Amino acid sequence: MQMTMIEALNNALALELERDERVVVLGQDIGINGGVFRVTEHLQKKFGEKRVFDTPLSESAIIGSATGMSIYGLRPVAEIQFAGFLFVCMNQLVSQAARIRFRSGGAFTCPMVVRAPYGGGVRTPELHSDSLEGVFLQTPGLKVVVPATPPDAKGLLAAAIADPDPVLFLENIKLYRSFRQDTPEDHYLIPLGKAKTLQEGTDVSIFAYGAMVQVALEGARQAQQELGASIEIIDLRTVWPLDEEAIVASVEKTGRAIVVHEAPRAGGVGAEVTAIINEHCLYSLLKPVERVTGYDTPYPVPGQEDYYLPSPAKVLAAIRRAMEP
Amino acid sequence: MAIQQSEPGMMAPYQILDTEGNLVGEMPDLSPERLLFLYRSMQLGRAYSNKIIALQRQGRATTFGSLGGQEATAVGLAAPMQPQDWLATSYREIASLFVRGVPLPTVTYSFRGFTHPDWPAESRCLPIQIVIGTQMLHAVGLAMAAKIAGDPVVAVGVCGDGATSEGDFNEALNFAGVFQAPVVLVVQNNGWAISVPRHRQSAVATLAARGAGFGVPSRLVDGNDILAVYAVMQQAIENARAGHGPMLVETLTYRIGAHTTADDPTRYRDAAEVEAWRAKDPIVRFQRFLVQRNLLDEEQDRRIVEEVEEEVNEAVRIAEAMDPPAPDGFFDWMFAELSPRLQEQRADLLRFVDRDRQGGR
Repeated sequence: MQMTMIEALNNALALELERDERVVVLGQDIGINGGVFRVTEHLQKKFGEKRVFDTPLSESAIIGSATGMSIYGLRPVAEIQFAGFLFVCMNQLVSQAARIRFRSGGAFTCPMVVRAPYGGGVRTPELHSDSLEGVFLQTPGLKVVVPATPPDAKGLLAAAIADPDPVLFLENIKLYRSFRQDTPEDHYLIPLGKAKTLQEGTDVSIFAYGAMVQVALEGARQAQQELGASIEIIDLRTVWPLDEEAIVASVEKTGRAIVVHEAPRAGGVGAEVTAIINEHCLYSLLKPVERVTGYDTPYPVPGQEDYYLPSPAKVLAAIRRAMEP
Repeated sequence: MAIQQSEPGMMAPYQILDTEGNLVGEMPDLSPERLLFLYRSMQLGRAYSNKIIALQRQGRATTFGSLGGQEATAVGLAAPMQPQDWLATSYREIASLFVRGVPLPTVTYSFRGFTHPDWPAESRCLPIQIVIGTQMLHAVGLAMAAKIAGDPVVAVGVCGDGATSEGDFNEALNFAGVFQAPVVLVVQNNGWAISVPRHRQSAVATLAARGAGFGVPSRLVDGNDILAVYAVMQQAIENARAGHGPMLVETLTYRIGAHTTADDPTRYRDAAEVEAWRAKDPIVRFQRFLVQRNLLDEEQDRRIVEEVEEEVNEAVRIAEAMDPPAPDGFFDWMFAELSPRLQEQRADLLRFVDRDRQGGR
């Protein structure tokens, strides 16, 4: 069935609520309002207020109480209305949820999912567009997943809910309704920690995730036309832990690598992918690794955000540099 | 029109025993055996605290927060709980964990600086919380889950007076009230958050009064009166179990010792204040009561003190006889399954451990 990412996520949540009575969904405006983006539409009506419920406007308490619920044995799926508000609950997410297994020597676990919309290009107020995934690369105990398509969103969310450990599930706002894709209606899982090769190529490897997959595909199409370059595109899908095997195998084949993400450049996914390449296949490289990313500034105001975001033109320029003799 | 001023802070702490051990309130329904169990648990908490502090001085234990003077609260809050109930504490309620059946050697091993491989999940006690106030939300979440599951289970969360200034404490009370969670939130007010006195945490007259702002009923209790703490906690716990929602309990007590073994309280508080509180010692008070009631004599008392000291010494022997965890032990509990990256890091560490064992080559 053709679904938008919103519909695919809604479908995944409905299926998991149906399949597993331990699953509960909580957050701000997720009940009768169906979530500010309608990801949870109709869920409260269908599954009742006991399992799908609105909370006070209180991010730390959403994550802290969900931590307690998951220790008890439930499988909470908590929504933080925008990823920029994760800063408000960093303590509960980073120093609590992510450490329960570690702290208790495995006696207690925290199988919860934190969903949060992120990403730019939709003219939002401040802190509604920020990409925070880089912050969580230094959060041991937490997995970070970013789907790029509707069918991936559904299978990855199901896998995140089934996962015995906490998962941060970042949903790109621009992708929510930008296109439909054929998405199976039945339950299925896409394994966490595995990248997906979208397009095979021999000259340059591009690693992207979320909305940047579309940007990378367009940049690659132009490079193919203008330079005749053969570009391999890999959707990382899980940005922590990274699929190192897929990254290394691709770079060993192409000898050139570009990482594309919206988040600031410093210390992020791009830096980590570059370090992985340095550690495992430096001598396969023909050119330095390129990073096409947001800048090391706050995410700009709506009138200027298009300058901040990676674009096909910026990707094409990076491919050109990589392909220079 | 005159505005009615309410004075929610102006309540007297609930007391059953006065400082001399005289019965001044309604005696809770406790058998002589149970009364002696409470007494013994308080003595055990004190002996344990003294022992670990001594071990820390000898370099045999890590930093430890003293429990002395707060035994009535720690024991009294845990004793009325049922086995199916959950407890989330800070680091100053170790005596509560013992009441709930957490073995002494397990806790002692952690004060050697190791994670015990066998924390008793069935005790339904979360490991001690170091970050101030965060456990209160875990208690609320546990209680919300119990309510969702329809289980007759109550959660108890405990923090200190300093924690009431944290956002999480306030958010926990708010969630508890909105969801009518079967939770009892306890503030163990020992007068000091390291060096900052209680009156610098909040301008409100009592911390119990904080409940009113969240629609959560509250009680103020003499925290050095084991019977009062027990009675109030039992009522709060069973009230929550019966579906009547959360309660906030403030216990007024005093930290006789230092904040931790790394603290020197003579820098910030008067000896006279400490001495005044020593005179209200919760163990002495309960001992007087038990003696008055002919439930305890000198000989029996001496035996209890010897027994708990031996129990503590035995726990230390067991914990010190345990092997340290493997050098790569801290990789054990990262995830249900270790990622290839973590497996690689673990193998890398072990290569260094092997080299060290072979003389550092």
